[in-house]
Amino acid sequence: MIQSFKMALKSIAGNKLRSFLTMLGIIIGVMALVILVSLVSGATGSVTDSIFSLGSNLLTVTISDDKGAPINLQTLNEWMEKDGIGLIAPSGETSATARYEGNSGSVTVYGTTPPYETINGLSLLLGRFIKSSDVDNHTNVAVINETAATELIGYTDCIGEEVSLDGVKFTVVGLLEDDEKSLTAVFGRGSVVAYIPYTSLMRLSSEATSNITSFSVSAETDMATAEAAVTSLLMERFDQDDDAFTVSSRDMLEDAMSDVTSVLMILLGSIAGISLIVGGIGIMNIMLVTVTERTREIGIRKAIGAGRGVILQQFLLESVVLCMFGCAIGVFLSWAVLRIISVVVSSLSISFSLEWNVVLIAVGFCFLIGIVFGLYPANKAAKMEPVEALRYGG
Amino acid sequence: MIDLKNVSRVYQVGSGKVYALNKATLHIDAGEFVSIVGPSGSGKSTLMNIIGCLDIADSGTYLLDGIPIEDYTETELAKIRNRKIGFVFQSFNLIDKLTAEENVELPLIYRGVGKAERKARVAEVLERVGLTKWSHHLPTELSGGQQQRVAIARAIVTKPSLILGDEPTGNLDSKTTGEIMEIFRELHEQGNTIMLITHDQEIAEQASRIIHIRDGVLSEVSI
Ligand SMILES: Nc1ncnc2c1ncn2[C@@H]1O[C@H](COP(=O)(O)OP(=O)(O)O)[C@@H](O)[C@H]1O
Ligand SMILES: [Mg+2]
Repeated sequence: MIQSFKMALKSIAGNKLRSFLTMLGIIIGVMALVILVSLVSGATGSVTDSIFSLGSNLLTVTISDDKGAPINLQTLNEWMEKDGIGLIAPSGETSATARYEGNSGSVTVYGTTPPYETINGLSLLLGRFIKSSDVDNHTNVAVINETAATELIGYTDCIGEEVSLDGVKFTVVGLLEDDEKSLTAVFGRGSVVAYIPYTSLMRLSSEATSNITSFSVSAETDMATAEAAVTSLLMERFDQDDDAFTVSSRDMLEDAMSDVTSVLMILLGSIAGISLIVGGIGIMNIMLVTVTERTREIGIRKAIGAGRGVILQQFLLESVVLCMFGCAIGVFLSWAVLRIISVVVSSLSISFSLEWNVVLIAVGFCFLIGIVFGLYPANKAAKMEPVEALRYGG
Repeated sequence: MIDLKNVSRVYQVGSGKVYALNKATLHIDAGEFVSIVGPSGSGKSTLMNIIGCLDIADSGTYLLDGIPIEDYTETELAKIRNRKIGFVFQSFNLIDKLTAEENVELPLIYRGVGKAERKARVAEVLERVGLTKWSHHLPTELSGGQQQRVAIARAIVTKPSLILGDEPTGNLDSKTTGEIMEIFRELHEQGNTIMLITHDQEIAEQASRIIHIRDGVLSEVSI
C-alpha cells in the first residue's frame, strides 16, 4: 500500500503540467464549493446576528388595507391597555435632505412616539428621546444617531443644534448610539438616521398621515400572548380579514432567513457539486489516456506477478491521490481568497472564514470522485491481457 | 517439470485461422537448458508465453510442476508467474520511471516480502549481475547490456524454478551477447531450469537440448 502510494506520487510528479491541468477542474470545483458556502454562511451569520439583536419581545405590524377603519395614535393608546400587550409605537419613515450650516446629506427620518425607544432597545448617549408632549404639540425636535451627528454636524456633542430637514428647522435633543448590528447597517446604507415625533413627520412628509400603517409592539409577559392579542384586535377591526395586515416577529424573520439560507446553500452546493463532477470527468479522461500510454508497463507488471487487484489498486490510488491533491490545493486557495475578501470588506464587520464542515464535505466528495471516476480506467487496466499488453507499441 | 500435450493456440485473422502453435507436445525436466529455434513468426513467443502462464492454450493440456494451468484464474496465474517464473525479454521491458533497484524489487513487493529482506535480496542479485554501482540509475541511463542484466536480476530475484528468455540477446552486440550468455550458463550450472528462444544457431548450441519450431509445429534435434 505504501509502495503503491509512492508509485502513484511518482507518476503524478512525472508529468507535473498534465497532472496540474487535470486537477484544475477539481481545484475550481472545491474552491467554488468552499468559498461560496463560506461566504453565504458568513453573510447569513451576521444577518442572523442582527435579527437576534432586534430583541425577542418585538412584533412588527404592517397594515396593507385599513378597510375604512384606519388606526391612529388614539387607537394605539387604547390597545396598549389591553391584556398581553406591553408598549406600542407607530413608525413612519421618509427620506429627507438634511442641512446644517454648509453641510447637507440624505437622512432617513423615522416618525414615532416615546415607547419606540424601549421597544426597539435604542441606547441614548446624550440628551433625551421624544416625549409625549412633543407628539401632542408637533414639536420640531429630532433625536439623531452618531453617524448623523458626525457626518452632518461634524461632532457628537450637538444637543441644541438646529438642523433643517427638507427646509424645516428641527432642534437636536438627543444623540443615539449607532446600531451597528441593525439590518440596514449590515448592508452599509441608511445609517444616517433621525427620529422625530410622529405628528411632526405628518407635517414633513405626505407619506405619513394620521392613519398609521406600521407599528411595533412589545409583550407584557410573553411573545405568544402578545401576538395572539394583537392579531385578535386586528382581526376584529378589519372584518376578520387576515390579508389586511401582517404581524411579524423575530422568530418568523429567523425562520424565513434560515429557509432562504438553506435554499441558497443547496443551490450553490449543487452548482459546486456539478463543477466537481466535471472535474471528475477530466480525471477519468486523463486516467484513460494514462492507462493506454502505460499499456506496456501494465503488461510488464502482470508478467512479473501483479494480479488484477494489484493493478486496479494502483490506478485507483493514482486517481484518488490526484483528486486529493486537487482538493488540498483548492482548500488552500479558498482559504487565501476568503482571507482577502475578509480584509477587503472588513468595514462590514462580517467575518468570512473557512467553514470546516464544508471542507470536510469537499474532501469526502473528492475522495468519492477519485474512486468513482477512477474505477473505469483502473478496471480497464486490470482487465488487460498480459500478452496483448506486452505486445503494445513494439 | 513442464509437460505440454497437444497444445494448440489459434488466432483468428480475418476469415482464416492461424495456428501459432499446432498440437505441440513437449516435456522439460527440472535443471535442463533448452533452446527454441525457429524463423520469425513460427510461434516461438507463443510457446514461451504459454509455458510462462502469460497466455492460455486453446486446446491441449499443460502441467507445470504437476498443476494443470488451464484451471487457474488470472489472479492465481499472476501468483504462479510471480513465484515460479522469471521472464527476460528481447526489449528488456524495464519500467522507465523506476531505478534499476526498484525494477528488481518489484516482483518481491508483489510477493509481499518485507522491506529488509527485499533490500538484501535486491543487493545480492544486482551484485550477481555486476550492477551494484548502477543500482540507483534509471533504465534510460544504462546501456542495452546493462538493462538486460537488470532484467535478469529481476527475473532471478524471486528464485524462480524456471527462467524464460525470449530472444534475450536479440538487441545486443556480440560482445554483450557473450556476457549475457555467460550469466545464463552460470544460472544453469547453479541448477536453474532455463529456456531460451533464439534466432542464432551459435547461441542455441550452448543449450543441452535444441527444439526447432516451424509454423507452430515442434521438432527436436538431438545433439
Ligand atoms: N494476437 C495475435 N493475433 C493474431 N495473430 C497472432 C497474434 N499473436 C501472434 N500471432 C501470430 O502467431 C504466429 C506466431 O507468432 P509468435 O509466436 O510471436 O512468433 P515468433 O515469436 O516465433 O516470431 C505469427 O504468425 C503471428 O502473426
Ligand atoms: Mg517472438
